[in-house]
This record gives sequence, C-alpha cells and structure tokens, in this order.
Amino acid sequence: MDYAAKRSAETKFYLLAALGGLVSAIGVGAALYMEHHGHAVTGMNNQIVWGLPHVFAIFLVVAASGVLNVASIGSVFGKTVYKTRGQLAGLLCFAMLAAGLVVILLDLGRADRIMVAATHVNLTSVFGWNMILYPGMFAIAFVYMWTLMEKRMYPYSKAAGFAAFIWRLMLTTGTGSIFGFIAARQAYQSAVVAPMFIIMSFAWGMAVFMVVQKAMYLWNGMALHPAIRNRFKRLLATFVAAVFYFVAVYHLTNIYYAKQTAFEQFILLDGGIFPQLFWGGWLVAGTLLPLALIFLPGLKDMPGSATLASLLIIVGAFCQLYVFIIGGEAFPLEIFPGMTAGSSFFDGRIDHYSPSLPELLLGIGGIGIAFTMVVVGVHVLKFLPEDDVAKLEAAGALAD
Amino acid sequence: MTAPDNKRRNFLAAAGAGAATLAIAPGINLIRVSAADEPQTKLASGKVRWGMLVDTTKCATGCDACVSACHQENGIVEEVEDPRQRSQWLRKIDLVEQGTGRQHSLPMMCQHCAEPPCVDVCPTGASFKRADGIVLVDRHTCIGCRYCMMACPYKARSFVHEPLTTQNPEVPRGVGCVEGCTFCVQRIDRGKNPACVDACPEAALVFGDLNDENSAIAKKLKEVASTQVRADLKLDTGVRYQGI
Repeated sequence: MDYAAKRSAETKFYLLAALGGLVSAIGVGAALYMEHHGHAVTGMNNQIVWGLPHVFAIFLVVAASGVLNVASIGSVFGKTVYKTRGQLAGLLCFAMLAAGLVVILLDLGRADRIMVAATHVNLTSVFGWNMILYPGMFAIAFVYMWTLMEKRMYPYSKAAGFAAFIWRLMLTTGTGSIFGFIAARQAYQSAVVAPMFIIMSFAWGMAVFMVVQKAMYLWNGMALHPAIRNRFKRLLATFVAAVFYFVAVYHLTNIYYAKQTAFEQFILLDGGIFPQLFWGGWLVAGTLLPLALIFLPGLKDMPGSATLASLLIIVGAFCQLYVFIIGGEAFPLEIFPGMTAGSSFFDGRIDHYSPSLPELLLGIGGIGIAFTMVVVGVHVLKFLPEDDVAKLEAAGALAD
Repeated sequence: MTAPDNKRRNFLAAAGAGAATLAIAPGINLIRVSAADEPQTKLASGKVRWGMLVDTTKCATGCDACVSACHQENGIVEEVEDPRQRSQWLRKIDLVEQGTGRQHSLPMMCQHCAEPPCVDVCPTGASFKRADGIVLVDRHTCIGCRYCMMACPYKARSFVHEPLTTQNPEVPRGVGCVEGCTFCVQRIDRGKNPACVDACPEAALVFGDLNDENSAIAKKLKEVASTQVRADLKLDTGVRYQGI
C-alpha cells in the first residue's frame, strides 16, 4: 500500500472511530439526562418497568454470546474456515457484551451504585448469577483470545474454546432465565424461554458477524469466497429456522393452557403494535424474507443477499424482543383470575408504551459503544479474516 | 520541691464541669422526653409474624380512607405528570366477578409473603424480609433495576420516577429506588397499628401477630374463611382477604 492510500485509510479510520465515539457520547449524555431528571422523562412506568434500553441491552448481550459460536466452531470442531474468524468473533463478543452491560447499568435508577451491585450479590437472583456470569464471560473470552493470538498458547485454544462455548451457553441461559423464572406475569414463566434465548443468540450472533465481516471486506476491497459464503448462509438459515421452531413452541404451549389464551389473543391478534411487530417484523421481515434470500433460486445469487438477510434477521430480533419484553409487560397482571379488575393504578388495563428520545438514544449509544470498540479493535489488532483459498481447496474444505 | 497548690485548678475543673452540665442537661432532658416516642431499638423477633386480615364485605366502593392515611403517614406526595409513574403503596381495587356480576372493593398492597419473589430476584439483597415477616427495601443498596417489580405478582411496588423534595424524615424515599408498603414499620415498632388500619371507618382491617393464637387476627382467621391472593403461587402471604 502506498503512503497516500495508507494515509487515506487512516483518515477514514479516525472518522469512523469519531462517529462511533459521537454516538456513544450521545448515549451517555441521554443517560445523564435520565439520571438528572429521573425516569419520569422516559416512557417507562410502574407497569412497563423495562423499556427500550432493555431491548437494546438484551439484544447486545444475547448476540454477544452467539457471535462467539463462530470461534467455537473453529476451535472445538477444528473447522479451518471458522478458526480464521475466531479472533474477530472474540472481539465482537467482547464489544457487544460490554456495550449491553453499559446500557443496562446506565438505565438503573441508581447507576451510581455500581459498586453496591458488584459487592452485594444475592445468589437466589438470576441477576445475581449474571454478576458472576458476565465478568466470567469477559475473563474466558480474554483467555480464549490469548490462546488464539499467542503462538505459545495455541495448544490450549481447543480447551479454552470449549470452556468459552459452555460458559456462553450458561450466560444465555442466565439471560433467558431472567424472564423464564418470573411467575407473576402471563408472558414469561416458561421452561422454553432459556433454550429459546440460546438459539436466538446463535442466529443473531451469526447475523451480526456476517454484517461486520461484509463491511470489513468492502473496506479492504476483498470478497468472500462463494463456497465459504454459502456455508455461512446455510448455517445462518438453520439457526433462523430453529428460532422459528422455539417461538412456535412457546406460543403453542401458551395457547394450549386456557389461562394463557387471553394473553396470546393480545400478543398475536388484538394488541395493536405488538401483533404487527410479531407478524410483520419478526415473522415476515426477520424470518421468512431472510430464508427466501438464502434459499430461493431467484434471490440467493443476488449480490448482497446474505448481508441483506443478516440485516433483516437483526431487524427481526429487535421486533421479537420488543414484543416479548414490552408486550409481555403491557398485558395486565392477572391478580384475581375470573374477575374484572379496575383501579387508579391501572389494574386490569392494557398499558401503552411510548418510548422517549433519551431512552432511544441510550440504546443507540450502546450500539455506538460496540461499534467503536470493534472499529478500534480491528484497526489495532488487525483481525481481518483472510482465507487461504488455495490451501482450503487443496484440502477439499470448500467442496459443497 | 513543695506540692503544687491545686486550689485554682480544682476550681476551674468544678466550674468547667458545672458549665458542661448546664450545656448538656437540657439535651438530656430532651432525649428523655422523646424516648417515650422512640421506636424500639431491639431486633425484630422471629417469633412474631405480622399479618393483616381484610374483610372485603365491610370495605366500601369509593372509600379510600386507608389510601389517604397511608400516603400521608409515608409522605407520598410527588406529582409526576404521568399517573402511571406515581408511587402507590396502597391502592383500592374494584372487582367484578365474571359471570355472576358480584362486586368487591378491597385494598391491595405488599402482601408481605413468607416466600417473597421480590427478595428472591433482588440482585443486591436490598429487598429483604425482616425476622417478623415484614418485607422491606433497603434504600442504601437498592440500585433501581426494577427486577422486583417484574417479579411481584401483586403489582405492589412502585419506582420513584422523579426527584423528591418533601418527605417524612422517618420514611426515607428517593428517586431511582423501588418502594412499597412497609406495614408502617415505624409505627409497628412503637406498638401502633399501620396507618391504614386505624383510618378505616368500617374497621375492615385487622392487624396483628399471626403466630400469637390469642391475637385478634389469629382468632378471626380461625373463625372465618379467608383467602390468600394468588394462592396458587404458594407464597404464604401475610395479608389475607375475607369475602372474596
């Protein structure tokens, strides 16, 4: 690369990093505004207690654990194509986990009490487990990255990759169980929730990885080998189909129980924005269209179809989380089954949620933090995945 | 060397002691006067289980004397614009039985469960249960995550959405923390009833020690049919309802 081109690339890097920094700073500013005025400036209330920041944070945390699968497939199953991408996957995991945690922490009513949260852990609380699971994930991901980057540590990368895979399963089980153990609200208590979150993490993490990889290849004027791209697309489609299966089981089991049918009627049919996001956002845009882009003959060879499918899966993920978290809270608690309730505290009434700008900006700020960490990490650590196509072809690793 | 003359030193010491007594004595008297009204300083007893029985057949639709008394006692006066963001430690719920149309009106608040989900889910242990069964929030360790509000089956907890300017010094509250009915713990520790119990014009609320078989509440619970709300969850609530 000549000096002028290198300098231009450097300028572009600083511009990107500055853009990410700016978005992150706006997010932190929004959090400070919320901290100063209280949550009165948000759309959250005593019924819908978790809102848009939680949708963003949970997306980031769940996708963070999923993206590490790319590395695990490489190390644990010895797949060269995935192994090449292990370091980038580790960086993405680190960045999204950190960003998700920042959003959750900045949304706390008393974000200043972070040290209290770190030093008082109640082990009967799923949040309490997460106080151990999240730092543990950082530590294991760090050690795993070390085994991938340092030659002397290479022999340990399989063991570290295996540990990371097990830990990430536990982490997503923990995230899903935050909801899965809530008996109070109709939407949540279900044994399916934790495994559903695990499979969601597989799909979302892979989708994020595909988008980031595409952006890096475009940046460097490179192209992914079609055989490798097809392999990734098929794996992604498998994950998306599995998410569809788990979501279907979750709703069908609910419909089976008479006590849950009113909730299902609300979330799938009568609930306004929630059924719209469920059918239009998650099912059509986030599931069926990506599958069509991956498998349909006329669409699958279209340039950018894999990236478009990945982006749609991410859009579908946000719709799904919005329906699950906010739709689940909007439905009234059934405190007195068989009776119609009314009160000044909105008992028995379906709540509505209008997110305010600060909470939206806090969520987007989280994306900005992850983006900045990835841009800087990729630039400094040179994590561009480069396939040795000749070697892979010789080994028959690219045969369909 | 002769012994020093201590007369002047003794005089100064006596004068100093006298002045100190004069300065402190009024304070001592004040402390003594206020001691009668001080909450007990001994630890809550595990032998006691505080509970409440609500007779819904006496509770009148439209009457909210208990709610007003609760909010006055606990200094709940903030006026957030969105009513869904206001704190409600105690609220009246009007119920209509589907099918029969039979109506009920009753107060709903923290049920002071023996197995409280809010305590289970609290990441920092700020939600806790006292030895005598009262479920409270430690305002020093609540981080405002609202997980307890997600987990409470009674919607009994509120989040303080706005900075507060006025509050009862005995009932500390603060923006960014979660709060709920304390059974007026500051009154119980002085041997009084919760404010709602004393305010009810129909005497529909009976408060006392569920473990003491001679208490009015224990006798009444033996005598009449009572219900635990969401009994299916097996939380063993401290608040029971009669007539629903």
